[in-house]
Amino acid sequence: MVSGKGIIGLKYLGKDDIEKIVETAFSMRDISKRSVKKVPTLRGKTVINLFFESSTRTKTSFEIAAKRLSADVVNFSYASSSTSKGETTIDTAKNIEAMNPDVFIIRHASSGIMELLSRHLKTPIISAGDGTNEHPTQGLLDIMTIRDEKKRIDGLKVVVAGDIYHSRVARSDIYGMGKLGAKVYFFSPPTLITEDYASLGARVTYDAQEAFTDADVIIMLRIQLERQATGLFPSTREYAKVFGLNEQRLKLAKPDVIVMHPGPINRGLELSSGVADNKEHSRVLKQVENGVSIRMSAIYHTIGEGHEYTDN
Amino acid sequence: MKSVIMDSTAIERALKRIAHEIIEKHTSVPVSLIGIRTAGVFIASRLAEYIGQFGRIPVQTAILDITLYRDDAAKGAGRAIVRATEIHFSVDNTFIILVDDVLFTGRTVRAAMDAVIDLGRPKVIQLAVLVDRGHRELPIKADYTGKNIPTMDDDQIKVVLTESGSKEDAVYVIRKGD
Repeated sequence: MVSGKGIIGLKYLGKDDIEKIVETAFSMRDISKRSVKKVPTLRGKTVINLFFESSTRTKTSFEIAAKRLSADVVNFSYASSSTSKGETTIDTAKNIEAMNPDVFIIRHASSGIMELLSRHLKTPIISAGDGTNEHPTQGLLDIMTIRDEKKRIDGLKVVVAGDIYHSRVARSDIYGMGKLGAKVYFFSPPTLITEDYASLGARVTYDAQEAFTDADVIIMLRIQLERQATGLFPSTREYAKVFGLNEQRLKLAKPDVIVMHPGPINRGLELSSGVADNKEHSRVLKQVENGVSIRMSAIYHTIGEGHEYTDN
Repeated sequence: MKSVIMDSTAIERALKRIAHEIIEKHTSVPVSLIGIRTAGVFIASRLAEYIGQFGRIPVQTAILDITLYRDDAAKGAGRAIVRATEIHFSVDNTFIILVDDVLFTGRTVRAAMDAVIDLGRPKVIQLAVLVDRGHRELPIKADYTGKNIPTMDDDQIKVVLTESGSKEDAVYVIRKGD
C-alpha cells in the first residue's frame, strides 16, 4: 500500500502498514542521535516539499528527515509559487513532476485534494496535511509517542480534546489509533464538533469529567484564535475554564497519563503552562523528536517497490 | 537439490578454530565482535563465548543492521524492515571484527564497513565468516573463514542455527535444476 503509492491519509492504511512505519521509525531515531546523522539510503533521490499553505515545523521536519536519508530536498512554497499567477494546483504539481522527483510532500488548504492529486500524478505523495481532513504523519508520530511510552495502543483510553471540527490531526488520530484498538474520546464544545464524528469510531463527549477520568493519553488540540471572532465559543477565558487542561483536571486521569499537543501551543488557553512544562506528563517535545523519525520512515517506505534481500 | 555441507559438529569445530585464531592474532583487548543481522549476530555471540572460554580475555559484542547502507536500497528496498543497530561501545580506535554467516558478493560487508565507519574511526576492521562461497563482486576478503565452499553463481547457501528456531545447526547448499 505505502510502497510506491505514498501516504495520503491513515484512512487508507492498514494496521500492518501503520505498525511497519512506526516500527521502522524507532530504528530511524537512533540515526538522529549519532554524531554522523546521515545514512546513504536515498542517495540520488529527490524529495519535493510542495507547501501551498504556510508551515515551518512540518516542512522543516520533513526536510531534516529527507536529508538524514541522503535525499536531495527542494522546497517549493506558496509565496514563491505560480498559483498566485493563476495556475491550478494540478498544473503546478504536474509541472514539477516533469522534473522527475521521487516523492512529493504536499500541504494544501483544501480537504481531499490529496485524492485528487494522486489521480493525476504518478509520483507518490506523502500528505503534510490537507485542509481539515488529515495530517497522517502527525497521526503516526502520535502513535509512535504513545507506543514509546506505553508499549501498546490496544485498549488505551486516548482523549483528543479541543477544536475537533477544524482539526486534521484529530481525524488522522482516530483513523490510526482506532485501527490499533485504542478507545478514543473526542472532547469538545458542541460548536466545534458534529455528531458525525461518532461514526469514525470515537466517543463524543462534552463533559470534562467523563473525558479525562482514567485517561492514559490526552491529546490537546490548538484553538485557532482567529476562529474566536466567528462566535464558535464565547471567550477564550471561558474556553480555558471549561475545555482547557490544567493541573487540577489532569488529576482525573491515570497517574501515568501522558499529555501531547501537535503545537503550536496557546499557553493558558487549551493547555496551562503548568501542564505543558510538566516533565513527568508532557511529551510535547518528544513528539517533535519522533516526528523526524516518523517522516524518515514514511519517506523510506514510500520510495521503492520493495523486495527481500537474499545475499547468501 | 538440497545437500548438507556442514553439520552441527562441523560448524562447532569451525567456530572453535576461528575463536583460537582470533585469540592468537588479536593484540588489543577487549575483542570487539560486531555481528551483522541476522545470522551474524548469533555467530558473533557463539564466538564470544568460545573466545572467553579458551583465551580468558574480555570480549564485547554488538549488533549491526545494514539495511540502510545497502547499495540496492535506493532501487527498491522500500519494504525491507530496518532493525536497530546496537553498538554500545565506541568504535573509535577499536579493533573490530565483523561477523557474518556467508561471504558471497561482498556487498553486505561493504555496507557494514560503511555503517561502522559512520559511527567513528576504528583502528582495524577484520572479517570473520562461517562460509565463504566465492563469487566476489568487490575486493573483499575474510580474515577468518570457517569453510570455503565452491559454488555455482545461482546456488543458494542456507545457514540454519538453533538460535533462529531450528532443531539443529546446519549449512545447506541448494542447487537449481539437477
